[in-house]
Amino acid sequence: MRSVKNLIAYPVAMFLFIASAAAADSNTIIIKKFMFNPMDVTVPAGANVTWKNDDGEPHTVVSLTGDFRSQALDEKDKFSHQFSAPGTYKYICSIHPKMVGTITVMAK
Amino acid sequence: MSDDFNPSRRGALQCLAFGGAGTLFTLSGGILTPVALAQDAMKKASGIPLFLQISDTHIGFNKQANPDVAGTLKQTIELVNAMKTRPALTIHTGDITHLSRAAEFDTANQLMMDLRAGELHIVPGEHDVTDGTGTEYFARFGKASDNRGYYSFDHQGVHFIGLVNVMNFKPNGLGAFGADQLAWLKDDLAARSSSTPIVVFAHMPMWTILESWGWGTGDAEEALSYLRRFGSVTVLNGHIHQIIQKVEGNITFHTARSTAYPQPEAGIGDGPGPLTVPADRLKHMLGITSIRLLRHHLSLSDTSLV
Repeated sequence: MRSVKNLIAYPVAMFLFIASAAAADSNTIIIKKFMFNPMDVTVPAGANVTWKNDDGEPHTVVSLTGDFRSQALDEKDKFSHQFSAPGTYKYICSIHPKMVGTITVMAK
Repeated sequence: MSDDFNPSRRGALQCLAFGGAGTLFTLSGGILTPVALAQDAMKKASGIPLFLQISDTHIGFNKQANPDVAGTLKQTIELVNAMKTRPALTIHTGDITHLSRAAEFDTANQLMMDLRAGELHIVPGEHDVTDGTGTEYFARFGKASDNRGYYSFDHQGVHFIGLVNVMNFKPNGLGAFGADQLAWLKDDLAARSSSTPIVVFAHMPMWTILESWGWGTGDAEEALSYLRRFGSVTVLNGHIHQIIQKVEGNITFHTARSTAYPQPEAGIGDGPGPLTVPADRLKHMLGITSIRLLRHHLSLSDTSLV
């Protein structure tokens, strides 16, 4: 019985590992209910971060230091930015400045 | 312009709030009194339209809350064009477009060209300047203000001031005028007599309605400190897609309805997004504001607009 359990558990664990690795790779931030979710994201240098707006209201992704800026993202619109240099990047939605987020880029 | 429109006539400025079609105020002796009326009441209102306020047309919006914002703007324009005496001015208090796109501005311009309500004055909403610099907005509307966005003019003895409080937002902040604009405002008002009626228009409310939704202007108090000495100040804003009014001394604050879609009441729901209401309710929640000059306030019910 134990060996059968392991046979099942192992592929499931592998699947979960691969799925979470894929999610981490894509670094997607969902904009929903006037919030960036997650608000704080840490990525390695060179990573691509994508924001997707799931609100019926448009939002923007605007770096406070001018490093990146999306157009107004309508519902379902996406915006991506590649972070090459390590550092801390704070950003807001310029339409709703109560919405704030941070991307931390670690040296590889 | 109608013969009735006599600037020397000693009368109160009157505005009156409409429920259905929009909002009209009565401004009398410096105090602006709103009256909620049904849409068809506009036809019975008396007086001479001084100017019209239109706000939050959000051209480009196409979601459930109103899939046809161009249609409701057209309907608004038809309503205004049906007025017997045309307003000499129209003020658009921003969010002309939904996403600041060139095509949206073009559509809005094309629709607004049919509005037979005098000279058009515009200030931007945050939806009009989402690129940060307002390239599309200023390319079309920058001229009046020498590309600053804020400017003033006089009409029928009333001093009008258009302000911009939707640029350079700070994290967690409210709307803001910024130091340059405040200095300009102070200077613009300095030489004016306190008896000059003042109309200030800007997109975001100039008092804090709900801080957590960004419904306010962080440095509005500084602007208001320059305005307090005037006997009659009317502050017209948009942004929140519903009528909210406050009177503070001689200053009356009023927000206009949108012509596109309503928003929730302050603090109800996830945030200040489009509110979907039953189709038969929608048009009761959209509208315009018109401000009229009356011979005296008693003539309110005597003159028909249409």
